[in-house]
Amino acid sequence: MSLRDSQFGELKVPLTWTAAVALVVAAIVAIALVVSDRRETFRAEAYGATRSMSDGVLAPVGDVLSAPGRWTGAGVQSIGGYFFAVSENRRLKAELKEMRQWRDVATALKDENERYRTLLGLKTDPPIPMVAARIVTDSRGPFANTRLANAGREKGVKVGHPVMSENGLVGRVIGISNGASRVLMLTDVASRTPVMIDRTNARAILTGDGGPNPRLEYLRGQDPVKEGDRVLTSGDGGVMPRGLPVGVVVKGLDNKWRVVLAADRAAIDFVRILLFDDFTTIVNRAELDQMPVPPPTPGAPTIIAPTVVGPTAAQPGTAPGAVPPAAAGSAAPAAGAATPAPRPPAAAGAQPAPRTAAPAPTRPAAGAASGSAATARPAAPRPAATTSGAPRPAASRPPAASTGAAARPATPRPAAAPAEEPPH
Amino acid sequence: MSAARSLEPWRWLGIPLLQVLGATVLFGVPLRVFGLQLPEPLFAMPVVFAWAVIRPSVLAPMSVLLIGLFCDIFWGGRMGLWAMCFLLAYGMVLGGRNMMAGQSRVMLWAWYAIVTGAAMAAGYLFVMMHAKAAPSLVSVAWQFLATIILYPFAHRLIDMYEDADVRFR
Repeated sequence: MSLRDSQFGELKVPLTWTAAVALVVAAIVAIALVVSDRRETFRAEAYGATRSMSDGVLAPVGDVLSAPGRWTGAGVQSIGGYFFAVSENRRLKAELKEMRQWRDVATALKDENERYRTLLGLKTDPPIPMVAARIVTDSRGPFANTRLANAGREKGVKVGHPVMSENGLVGRVIGISNGASRVLMLTDVASRTPVMIDRTNARAILTGDGGPNPRLEYLRGQDPVKEGDRVLTSGDGGVMPRGLPVGVVVKGLDNKWRVVLAADRAAIDFVRILLFDDFTTIVNRAELDQMPVPPPTPGAPTIIAPTVVGPTAAQPGTAPGAVPPAAAGSAAPAAGAATPAPRPPAAAGAQPAPRTAAPAPTRPAAGAASGSAATARPAAPRPAATTSGAPRPAASRPPAASTGAAARPATPRPAAAPAEEPPH
Repeated sequence: MSAARSLEPWRWLGIPLLQVLGATVLFGVPLRVFGLQLPEPLFAMPVVFAWAVIRPSVLAPMSVLLIGLFCDIFWGGRMGLWAMCFLLAYGMVLGGRNMMAGQSRVMLWAWYAIVTGAAMAAGYLFVMMHAKAAPSLVSVAWQFLATIILYPFAHRLIDMYEDADVRFR
């Protein structure tokens, strides 16, 4: 018996009520989605498979649709170039003349910078690889300011990578798929970027609000900013590299400091995605924790190391790995071989410093070494130099930063202090 | 003869839905005219308004949800935000449907503006709560203006389909 024939067949449900029920169900779905969404986080999985897949489909569609606009723009530009070639040539010549002067200044500054870096032993940030991409779709609403770029996972793009146009910072990647990346613009209401004022070095957070000019928030200090100041990324927190141009400070109509974005100078059609990873994730944390042995002070009298012979190297608390292979092999000779040996210049350019070994008779040899761990420990890395009697360049010591955790015992200097002798 | 025909859902739901998606994608193209960006109106709003006025339906709220989710995905916004706002607008119009019956075009336009404002206010409040920052009112106002001038499309849809099915006369 069908429903129509049953006693419920005559039951009429008002259409408005059924529509209302459907509306409530749809609203529950929408609210559940909006509450659970985490699009602006740095977790790649937060972007979701649905959006990744949609972006992968929408990117080629947007690319095709934006092609006529690009062609029209290129055509207009070439026609303009034809008609305004003379004035353009004149302008470019004047600009070239000015740039030549700047080139000389830049060359001098570069040279000076390099010298300072060498002198200070500064480790500058490594160069950042980048990927070029074309913007294929654009959303400009008050609640979402994002763009879709046609380079994705296959080119090594990851969530969090900064995106720049030829004029300045545009935003960062919040979602990736094959062939497409979703870029969260600096103007998006969810965007927060650590920046600094170029003139005063004052820090601030650039906060988007859906408008064209994001706000500068959390500014500190007295008069940290004035109109016209340049704003750069500060690199704080490792989200972005330091020094990317962001824009210029202006006073907004709401009496708040805002930034006219450098990227807005021209249409954002082509962008560069910086394949930037936070430098703290690149370096080995264990290496950073190692205390490197400082090079000897040039010209200063050297601390006399205690002379301890072979067996001390195997004392408890001393890792065998701390002894370089060459030293381990030469540790067999007796303490009598501990003659004063001139120390060759260190690799860092230090002047030669005469190295004096401790007088052999004052130290017990193998037998006494087992008495106290405190006295035996510092001697662990030394035997090679003291027992072989051969000059050992400072550079041949295993650098703590490159040997990892096994090289930890290679920093015995503080413990060796009690055994030191006054400088001669 | 044609007046006696029942109205198929694809005619009053399917085709407008596709038109909205097409217009949204088309206006998502990164294009500047004389250095100015194109506005970003809510093309879905006239359709949402018209669907609720034409007749109550089970399929319409689901179509509204679909359009909203598409907008969220395409614009890269928070998933479900526009779906929620459009459903709110649809619910408001559906609730006041009896009041609007037989009203003039100007009154319907005013009602459309109120509903659009309510939907955008809901979006504004939710974004403000979630992002802990107030979106720019100027941007919201521009989008609101760009959306309410689209009312003639809604009116055309209402004119086409309000009396198209004899069962709903």
